[in-house]
Amino acid sequence: MSITSLFMETGGRSAPRWLRIFWMIVLLLGLSALCTLVMGGAAGVTRKGWESVWVCHKVFWNGWLLTIWISLLSLLLSTGLGILVALARRSHILPLRSASILYVELIRGTPLLAQILFLFYVVANGIGLQDRFVAGVVILSLFSGAYLAEIIRAGIDSIPATQLESARAIGLSTFQTYRFVIAPQALRQILPPLAGQFASLIKDSSLLSIIGVTEFTFAAQQAFSATYRTMESFLPLAVGYLALTLPISLLSKHLEKRFRFET
Amino acid sequence: MRIEIRDVTKSFGEEAARRRVLDDLCLTIDFPHVLALLGPSGGGKSTLLRLIAGLDLPDAGTILVNGDEVPDREPALREYRRSLGVVFQAFNLFPHMTTLGNVMLPLTEVHGVDPATARGRALEVMDRLGIDDHATKFPSQLSGGQRQRAAIARALAAKPRFLLFDEPTSALDPEMTAEVLELIAELKETRTPMLLVTHEMGFARKIADQVAFLAEGRVLEQGVAGEFFSHPRSEEARRFLAKVLAY
Repeated sequence: MSITSLFMETGGRSAPRWLRIFWMIVLLLGLSALCTLVMGGAAGVTRKGWESVWVCHKVFWNGWLLTIWISLLSLLLSTGLGILVALARRSHILPLRSASILYVELIRGTPLLAQILFLFYVVANGIGLQDRFVAGVVILSLFSGAYLAEIIRAGIDSIPATQLESARAIGLSTFQTYRFVIAPQALRQILPPLAGQFASLIKDSSLLSIIGVTEFTFAAQQAFSATYRTMESFLPLAVGYLALTLPISLLSKHLEKRFRFET
Repeated sequence: MRIEIRDVTKSFGEEAARRRVLDDLCLTIDFPHVLALLGPSGGGKSTLLRLIAGLDLPDAGTILVNGDEVPDREPALREYRRSLGVVFQAFNLFPHMTTLGNVMLPLTEVHGVDPATARGRALEVMDRLGIDDHATKFPSQLSGGQRQRAAIARALAAKPRFLLFDEPTSALDPEMTAEVLELIAELKETRTPMLLVTHEMGFARKIADQVAFLAEGRVLEQGVAGEFFSHPRSEEARRFLAKVLAY
C-alpha cells in the first residue's frame, strides 16, 4: 500500500471502511485540540467552571426534553400541514390553489425570527393566546409546513404521467391512486430532503427562545447568565442538538438504502 | 359485443396549433373477434384507443358499448374503465410492487376481491401467461417481455369485457416481440374480444379477424384481415402497405 492511497482514492476503487473512519477520527481529534487551545485562552475552561454549570444540569435536561417535545409536535403538525398544502397546490379549486401559493411564498420569503416575533407579539397576543409553548409549536409548524409542502409537491410531480394513466386504466379512484401509486413512490424520492427538513426543524426550534419558551437554547442562556461561563454553557448546547440531528441523518441514509429500487 | 363509434372528433393543442386527430370518425366493431387498428403514425389510432378505453373524452360524438354510451364524467367513467383491460406500450407496471402485487392490486382494491381469493386468481393468470416463477420479483428485475406479460396478466385478472392493446410490442426487441405476440395469439382462445393498435403487419394478418385502417383521423377501410392485405381498396391503404411491406 502506497502512501498516497492513505489520502486518496485511486484507480476508481473506494477506500476501505477503516481508512475512512480513521480520517474521521483524526479530524475530530484535530477539532477538539483546536477547541482546547481556544478554551485555554480567554474563555478559560476550568473544573470549577464545569462544576458551576453542573448546578444547572436540571435546567439543561428540562430544556432538552422540551426541545424534543416541540420538535415532535411540530414535526407531526407540519407534516400534516405540508401534505394538505401540497394537495391544495394541485387542486382544481382556484382559491385553494392561490391560498397555498400565497402561504408558501410568504413563509419562505421571510425569516423565521421575524415570523416568531410577528406571530407571537401581534397575532397570538391579538387572539389572546398566552401559552408560549403552544404558540411556539404552532409558529414552528407553520414555518416548516411551507417547506415540507414544496418538498412533497416536488415528490408528487416526480411521478411519471404513465404511472397515473396506468392507475386510471385499472380504475383506481383519486384517493387510491395517491395511496397505492403516488405516495409510496414519492416517499422514496423525497426521503433525503425530508430528513434534512426534519433536522432543520429541530435546530430552528432554538429561535423560540426569543419569546421565552424554556427550550434547550433558552436553558443554555439561563445557565450562562447564572454562571458567566461561556464554553461550559454552550458546548453542551451544541452536543445536545447533534444528539438529535445525527440519528435522523443516519436513519435517513439507512432508509434510502432499504427503499432503493430501479425504475 | 359491439362497439359503435359515431362521428367522433378529437383535437389536441391550443388555438392556432390545434390539430384535429380524429375527424368525424365512425366505426362499428362486432365482437367476438380480434380487431387490429392499422395505419400511418399520427393517423389517430392510439387516440381512438384511448377514447374507447375511457382515458380521454371526445370533443364531439359518442361511443357506445353494447348500446350503452360511454359516460363522460367521473365516477361513472371510472366504473366503465374498471370493466375493461388496457395494455400500454411502456408496460406501466408499478415499480414499487412485486409482479404479484401488480396483478393483485386491481382485484383487491377495485373489484373488492378478498386478498386470499385475489392471490389465487392472480397466480392462476400468471401461471397461464408463464410468469408465475417471477411472482415475487419487482418489474426492474424482469425482462421486457416478462414485464409486458405481467401487464397483460394485470389487465386480464379482473376478467375484463374486452382488452385494448396500445402498441404492446413497440418497446421490445424482436425476440421479446415474438414472445408477446405468441401470447396474444393464445389469448384469442379465451374468446375475450381484443382491439389492438399495432405496427406488426405479419401478426395483424395472421391473428386479426378484422382490420380497420385509419389515416388522417378517419377510418378509410374496414374488413377481413386477409382481404385487406391482399386487396386494399383505398389508395392510402395501398400506399401504406406498399411502404411497410417493402422490406
